[in-house]
This record gives sequence, structure tokens and C-alpha cells, in this order.
Amino acid sequence: MLDIAETRPLTLADVTIRLAERTLLAVSAKVMPGEVLTIMGPSGSGKSALLAFAGGFLDPAFDAGGRLLIGEEDVTDIPANRRHAGILFQDPLLFPHLSIGGNIVFAIPPSIKGRKARHALAERALDEVGLGGFFDRDPETLSGGQKARVALQRVLVSAPHFLLLDEPFSKLDATLRQQVRELVFSRAKAAGLPAILVTHDSADAEAAGGRVLRIGEEEKP
Amino acid sequence: MARPIRTGSRGLTTNTLLALILGLPILAGIAGVILPAFGYLPALGGLRVTLGHFAELAGQPHILRSSLTGLAAGLATTCAAVAIVGTFLAGFAGMPAFSRIQHLVSPLLAVPHAAAAFALAFLVAPSGFLVRLVSPELTGFMRPPQWLLPNDPLAVSMVAGLITKEVPFLFLIALAALPQLPLRQARQLTAALGYGRLSGFLISVWPALYRQIRLAVFAVLVYSVSVVDVAIILGPQLPATLPVRIAQWADDHDLGARFLASAAALLQLAIVLAAVTAWLVIERIGRFVLARLTHSGRRLRNDGVPRFVSAVAMAACAAVIFLGIATLGVWSVAGLWPFPDAWPTKLTSQIWLRTLPQLWPALRTTITLALTSASLALLSAVLLLHRNGRRRENGTGHRLLYLPLLLPEISFVFGLQILIVAAGLKPAFGSVLAVHFLFVLPYVLLSLAAPWRELDPRFERIAAGFGKSALQTLLTVRLPLLFRACLIAFAVGFSVSVGLYLPTLLIGAGRLTTIATEAVALSSGGDRRVIGVYALVQASLPFLAFLVASLAPQLLFRNRRAMRT
Repeated sequence: MLDIAETRPLTLADVTIRLAERTLLAVSAKVMPGEVLTIMGPSGSGKSALLAFAGGFLDPAFDAGGRLLIGEEDVTDIPANRRHAGILFQDPLLFPHLSIGGNIVFAIPPSIKGRKARHALAERALDEVGLGGFFDRDPETLSGGQKARVALQRVLVSAPHFLLLDEPFSKLDATLRQQVRELVFSRAKAAGLPAILVTHDSADAEAAGGRVLRIGEEEKP
Repeated sequence: MARPIRTGSRGLTTNTLLALILGLPILAGIAGVILPAFGYLPALGGLRVTLGHFAELAGQPHILRSSLTGLAAGLATTCAAVAIVGTFLAGFAGMPAFSRIQHLVSPLLAVPHAAAAFALAFLVAPSGFLVRLVSPELTGFMRPPQWLLPNDPLAVSMVAGLITKEVPFLFLIALAALPQLPLRQARQLTAALGYGRLSGFLISVWPALYRQIRLAVFAVLVYSVSVVDVAIILGPQLPATLPVRIAQWADDHDLGARFLASAAALLQLAIVLAAVTAWLVIERIGRFVLARLTHSGRRLRNDGVPRFVSAVAMAACAAVIFLGIATLGVWSVAGLWPFPDAWPTKLTSQIWLRTLPQLWPALRTTITLALTSASLALLSAVLLLHRNGRRRENGTGHRLLYLPLLLPEISFVFGLQILIVAAGLKPAFGSVLAVHFLFVLPYVLLSLAAPWRELDPRFERIAAGFGKSALQTLLTVRLPLLFRACLIAFAVGFSVSVGLYLPTLLIGAGRLTTIATEAVALSSGGDRRVIGVYALVQASLPFLAFLVASLAPQLLFRNRRAMRT
């Protein structure tokens, strides 16, 4: 769908996240293009903090160490809006003031110029997930599964360098979860993007098919 | 060790900036009364430091009585408002009917003080609507009785007028604080232990709630002790309360009276300090009584009467304002309306047709001032909140906002007027606008801060992931999502500006008149029908602003369901 400009691995080099002098997690991993690294752990284990660290919006209450690399480029100190992190949260979080198509156009990089070209690209992205002709509709009129698909397409058109998936399937019902999960993973793979998935559902980890890191469990007796 | 770059590390913190915006004019204003109070004001020929102006002040007739009446009225207002709001929350917070009362009380906040005071005056005056309603059937009055009402020497009607406006204010502030407290659990726990609703709430929730609304309570106290417009309309005359007399001296054509007024403004500052001290003592007594109650273990289950009384008092505040404004409306279209008829013999549009042309210039100034000051305040609020960035709970900033509300406006605004005169400046739109901004900004910030904080941060994180700059995110994500909240904050600012009497009077110095200054000027000996027109216009301006604020999202986001509520 998009020209995949660069597919470089994502490296977490000796990343540690601490809260009030307590080390929540310490991770070192290299995530290859098209691979999904799954982080599993109970709530409070710091797995969402790891995503926030990678996305560049970690709460200052946390103390983070280590480096984040895309390919050879160190992006640890680069602000969130220049990291090109594609993020999917638990909720689709479509912008309620924009149309469905407006949501997609908003995410298209400025390098694609011209109203027509951007519009057409958004139409195509919607078409790919069976939502052709939905461009002008209100996001609120969509079902949960449809919203999830729009959110996925919105992230993909933004030409991200990597994906951060923060339990993006946990609020969908069982059958829908299956479909959306397959869609997300297949498209991430097709786009050749390294992805970090945070979840506490082992079915997610299985479907992701990559390595699984378990955190926050060794402290238990 | 690498740390993520923090965006907030710029030279001036937002709080410093806010302290400068709000604090500098206040300090300047206070200095502007201290110097002339001791005789030093070269621009007006005062070159010698002297205590003579204080001696002159002490020699004014009934000065002690003027001072004490204002002090007592302010304390009485604050005690009553806190008691009514506290008891009502204790009795009814969390109950199903509660949210409906919230909707009833919210619009009361938008009614300007002067309009509310006129509403009460038109109801309780000897020839007012309430007496007419029961005359002559119950009272036998064929002529208005000779009561000194409003303007009774004990300031009872003034206190009543202040309570009707301060109760909604404290109530809404408390409502904003309530969700942060574990109300439901406390209710269940104390009920299980056999406590009555009132005593259970007072023991378990009230101390924490009071801490949250304490600054607002002090703002109510300072405002009530120093109020001018309500005191002119409802308060005692001969002698009037001290703030009213200061306003008269400040308005005197003999510029020398400014020295006397400055000395009096300092006295007023001392009176406010005395009121605050008295309130601190009252707080201690309250804490002591509450501690005794807690330790005694008394359950006080039979609390039906105080709960009922508080509900009646809340309803009365709403009823007085709504019924009073309706009465204002009837007067403004009344032809002949002899006592004791409850309804005019004839309705006429004559008064409106006659009054509107003379009201128009003041109305235009009022609207221009309100639109400009509210726009500037909204813009500043957005910039300040944006600058504040990710930093969350901000106690100091929140407290700073109360700065202009915790000092008597008669003292520091009058000082600003003196400085303007001393600098040789003529009263002009710009200076009046600046002082309106000073009072409008805190309310706009208070109104916008909560929705700003509560917006889901993930929207902006997604936008940042798309490579949007902070400014782009502000303009294309945050502000559209907060469109409704911004409009409401704007309407709040607009209403505050429309209601500002004293700052407009003092800084405008008679050259710049608004509906507020005109209406209050009419109150002594003015035609009731004309007052009705002015007060009704003043009361309807905020309602129009809130109407626009609630309708605009409906129209602009016709096709976006989530944006309309």
C-alpha cells in the first residue's frame, strides 16, 4: 500500500525502567523487521511504561536508562513527534471531530502532497479493510471492529518506523479479537515493521508468533 | 544514564508567569493606596508624609458603624453560605435527585450580582411583589407599609442578597471537588455504623472537602466584606458600609478626597484581615466541635429537620433569583401598576422603546469589553495551560488564581486608579479592559483547567506518533476536542466581565459606562421600570453567552455525535 521507505530493526539496549528507586524491568532485545516482540506481565509490572519509553512519552515520575535504536540511529533522546512510532492503544481513539477519512488523511505524512493524492490514498486504505465509501462518515457510527480497522489503517498510512501495540485487542469480544489480531499481525508483517506488543493474554502472544518476554514475575516467591 | 528530555525546562515557569500577570497589578494597586493614605502623591499635590488623612477618616460621621456593618455582613454571609452548602451536600450528595438540583443551580452562577440584588429588592420591598401577593387579603395593607426594606440598617437584606449568589458559587466549587473524594464508600461505612446522613458525612467527608473549597470560602468572605454594588442596592444607607463610602469618595470631583479614600481603602484592607482572622477562629471552633462529635460517637440519626431546612434554603436561593428576575421583567413592561395589585393593569412596550436608545451606548461598551476580555483571557489560558505541558496536578498554580479574589477589590483597584491618574493618563478603554482581564482570567482558567487535564492524553500521543509538532497537535487535536470546554470558559469570562461593577466604575471614572455601572447608578431613586430594563438586560447577557456556548457545538459538529455532548 505504501512505499516502505525503510524497514530497520528496533533495538532495546539495556533498557531499565525504575519507579521510586525500584527497578520495574530490564530489557535487552533486537526486534527484526516484520517481527513481533511480546512483553507479558501482570499490571503494574511496568510493561506500559516500556511502551511509553519507546514512544517517547514516559511520565517523568519514572527513571529510564538504556538506549532505543532504530537501525543504527539512536532515538532515545528524540522527542515523540520525530520518532515515527505507530501506536495502537486498547481503544481505537479515532479523533471524534474528524470524519473517518479525515482521521486517515490526518496521519498521512506531509511528504505526500496534494489534497487529491492524500484523499485517494485514504480511500484506498479504507477500501483495503472493507470500509470503502465510508470516507465522510462519523467515526461514532462505526462498530467496534470497524473502528479497530480504521485505527490500524490510520497507523499504517503514517509510515511509522516501528509499531507499539498496547493491548490493542483486549476490549474486543472473542470472535472479533481473533479477526482483528490476524489482520494487525499480517499487515505489520507485510509492511516489514518491527513491533512491540504488550499484553497479558497468552493467546495474543501465541498469535503474534514471535519471542515472548515475561517481566515482573521473578519477584514472586 | 539517559533520561527522556523534559519539555518544561524553559526559563520562566508557568506559575511564575501567572504570578507576574496577576500579582504585579495587585502589588501596584496596593502601593497606589498606601502612598496617598500617608499623604504622599505628588501628582495631586501631596508631598508631605502625614497621618492627617487617617485623622480625617476617624472624624467622618459613623465611620465605626460603617466598618462594623460590612465586617459583620461578610462574616454572616460566609457562615450562612458554608452552613447551607455543607448541610445540603451532607444531606443529599450522591442521591438520585442531586444531579437535577445541580442543573437548577448552575445558571444562578451566571446572574450578575447587581441583577440578583435587584431581583431580591423587587421581591421584598414594601411595594414589592411578595407584599402585593398577600395584600390586602392577608395583611390588610392598602398602601405600602413603612418598612425600611431593602436597605435595612442591620443589613439583613444585603446579607440575604449575598447569600443567594454565594451559595451557588460555593456549591458548584464543592461539586467540582466532590468526585475526588470517596463519597460512596464513606456513606456506606458510616451508614453501616448507624450514623445519620448528616453526621456521617460531616465526620467522614467534610474535613477533606472543606480543605478543597477553603480558598473559595475565603474568596466569598473577602468579596462579601468588601462588596459595593450589592451594598448600594440592598445595604444600609446613612451610614452606608465602608466600601460604598470609599467608592463615593473615590468618585468625588474634589481630587483631594482621594487622600481620604486611600486612608479608607487601607482601613478596608485591615477590616478584611480582621474578617480573615475571625474566620480562622471560626474554623478552629468548627474543628473542635467536629472533633468532639467524632469522639462522642453520637449517631445523630434524627437529622430530618436540618436536612429539610438546607434543601429549602437551596431552593430559596434559586426561587429568589428566578422569581425576582421575572418580577424585573414584569416591571419593565408594566403600565399603571397600583398597590396592592399583584399584576399591572396594563402592559406596555413604552419603557423599553424609551430606554433602549439611552441604554445602547452602555450596552455596546459592555459587550465589547466582555467579548475582548473573555477572548484575551481564553487565549492566555490556552497558552498558559499549553506551556504547563504534561505536568499534572498543579496546586500552586491553582492557588495563584485566587490572588485577585483574596484581596478587597476596592483597595487595590482604587490604588490602580490613583496610579493611572498620577501617571497623567486619561481613563480609556484599554485600562478598563486590562482590569477586566485581571478578574476574568482566573475564572476562565478555573473553568478550562479541569477539562484540559481530563482530556485523554493518548490522543496527543497518537498525533505525536504521526509526526505532528506540539503546535499542530494543539491546533488540530486538543483545541477541537476541547471546543465545547473552551466555549464554556469563554462564556464564564464573558459573564464575569458583564457583572464587573467596581473595577469598571473606578478605572472607567465615569467616562466609560457599562450596563453594570448604569444599573447600580439608577438604584437610588431611579424609576423601577427603567431599572427593570437594565437589570433584565444585564441578567440576559450571560444567558445568551451560555446559550451560544451550548448551541455552537451542536451546529458545528452536526455530523459528529461524540462532539455534541
